[in-house]
Amino acid sequence: MNNVFVYCEIEGTTVAEVSQELLTKGRKLANRLGVELHAVVAGTGIKGNVEDQILPYGVDKLFVFDGKDLFPYTSAPHTDILVNLFKEEKPQICLMGATVIGRDLGPRVSSSLTSGLTADCTELEIGPYDDVKTQAHYDNLLYQIRPAFGGNIVATIVNPEHRPQMATVRSGVMQKAIYDGKAKGEVVYADVAKYVAPESYVVKVLDHHVEAAKHNLKGASIVVAGGYGMGSRDGFDMLFDLAKVLHAEVGASRAAVDAGFCDSDRQIGQTGVTVHPKVYIACGISGQIQHLAGMQDSKIIISVNSDPDAPINKIADYVIVGTVEEVIPKLIKYYKQNSK
Amino acid sequence: MSLKIVVLAKQVPDTRNVGKDAMTPEGTVNRAALPAIFNPDDLNALEQALRIKEQNPGSTVGVLTMGPPRAGEIIRQGLYRGADTGWLLTDRLFAGADTLATSYALATAIKKIGDVDLVLGGRQAIDGDTAQVGPQVAQKLGLNQVTYAEEILGIKDGVVTVRRRIDGGQETVQVPLPAVITVNGSAAPCRPQNAKLVMKYKYASCPMERPEGDPREDLYKERPYLTLNQWSVADVDGDPGQCGLAGSPTKVKTVMNIVFQAKESKTLTSSDADIDGIVKELLKEKIIG
Repeated sequence: MNNVFVYCEIEGTTVAEVSQELLTKGRKLANRLGVELHAVVAGTGIKGNVEDQILPYGVDKLFVFDGKDLFPYTSAPHTDILVNLFKEEKPQICLMGATVIGRDLGPRVSSSLTSGLTADCTELEIGPYDDVKTQAHYDNLLYQIRPAFGGNIVATIVNPEHRPQMATVRSGVMQKAIYDGKAKGEVVYADVAKYVAPESYVVKVLDHHVEAAKHNLKGASIVVAGGYGMGSRDGFDMLFDLAKVLHAEVGASRAAVDAGFCDSDRQIGQTGVTVHPKVYIACGISGQIQHLAGMQDSKIIISVNSDPDAPINKIADYVIVGTVEEVIPKLIKYYKQNSK
Repeated sequence: MSLKIVVLAKQVPDTRNVGKDAMTPEGTVNRAALPAIFNPDDLNALEQALRIKEQNPGSTVGVLTMGPPRAGEIIRQGLYRGADTGWLLTDRLFAGADTLATSYALATAIKKIGDVDLVLGGRQAIDGDTAQVGPQVAQKLGLNQVTYAEEILGIKDGVVTVRRRIDGGQETVQVPLPAVITVNGSAAPCRPQNAKLVMKYKYASCPMERPEGDPREDLYKERPYLTLNQWSVADVDGDPGQCGLAGSPTKVKTVMNIVFQAKESKTLTSSDADIDGIVKELLKEKIIG
């Protein structure tokens, strides 16, 4: 009763990184509230393969649903599992990744339980709430903090009356860490048939194809990112050259992706990847708020821009005023010279 | 097989151009302050619906939208592209709805429309980016759902085959009708407006959109298709407690404009000396290398 739940997403027998990030966050919330952190995972042939990827993040109790046709994910069986488990367990909070799966499953579960769900939260906190209309006071609600309106505002959402309080979070927004405190680490292997109705296995997956990620933008310690100011796809080749010598990953702003200069899986910002590198080199990026939302936590920000008044320069540590065509080859040249 | 298709479409504020007065003090959207457009992903959904209609003679496509009276424009935009009909849900009781209350209203209207085979909608709307309404409508109607669809490959013997986008790849799935399918923005773009249809429907409107003493009253009597369906909570037999602000479990606690903390930055030129200098400094501080 009243615990914090994290739905752990899998691909085959691999637990998604975003789920581990949420377990880490969920542990902190559970500690703050003085309750337990529980996790739930569902798939096929996962028993014995996923526990070690989940328990070290501080899980007190893990519910494993291992059954035929639970992988690849389809909406109805996974909804049945969460809805029926939550009817028994009555959690106060449920977190899941703002992934294709989380954004398919979360709303279906919240609708079944008539509980509120906030998508794509960038921060989760615990705090009080006073309802001005009803004069009611609530303690220890989940603050679900998310950008809205293209990232121009940040809203704090609460669900005062309905449980669980549900939220999704994008991959890379939270950071994962093995828990160094004590957690119970109990594992329950549930009887799938008790939770999933036979008629729920109705959607047939004919073919499921996932490619390994081509890059590790999210975990990169140096990111070289290009914007519309790179001018073309060829312009981006220059960034890949710079990234190669710096052992960095290449990212892009939405404007560059929309213009076709770069593939969309490298988009950084509110609707793309969130990065936390040691160094962020922004080349030809003006700095729209929705982009800044995805990289503002970089330790050192270097902006290369021909416009000295580009908005991104305000949050940069170093501003190099000049064209990307001129500056990037020089950065490559002097890095090679000086790093020897 | 002929199908009855409903497309969920939303009139959204154009969030690419947001001013300070975009939100009301209550934290809900001040729609009056922003230009209104047809939600982009919903246009992709409309295109899929129109293709299914062409491939399955006898099928009909209707556009269902919820909003203030001016959202009747969304139905017209649909008619201009080939939709057959539309419904506007408009009532003060629907106002201030979160995704759950919105999906309740839409699901109630779909029940009222009756015998719907396929509900299509955009994956998400650009004002909220939540992607929640489609799956919540499906749940409320007890229908199967497929989200993130990129192409509806075909419908045979009451089963739809859909190619959908998933994280890092794609999937092909089959779902029996009736079903709810949400369509991704990467699906085929919507066809343009058809000039003949624009001529036919340009005076189509909901009763609440019309001024008092409308000079075209005779025209509306002569051509009943110019009067669009306009439904209130009572018209769809809705429960006011589950609609609008009253039916929304989520509450907006605070809304803040984003202000980024300006840093003290070092400004350099593109000269060789400056670039050489910064690279040396970054290497020395072990920031790179």
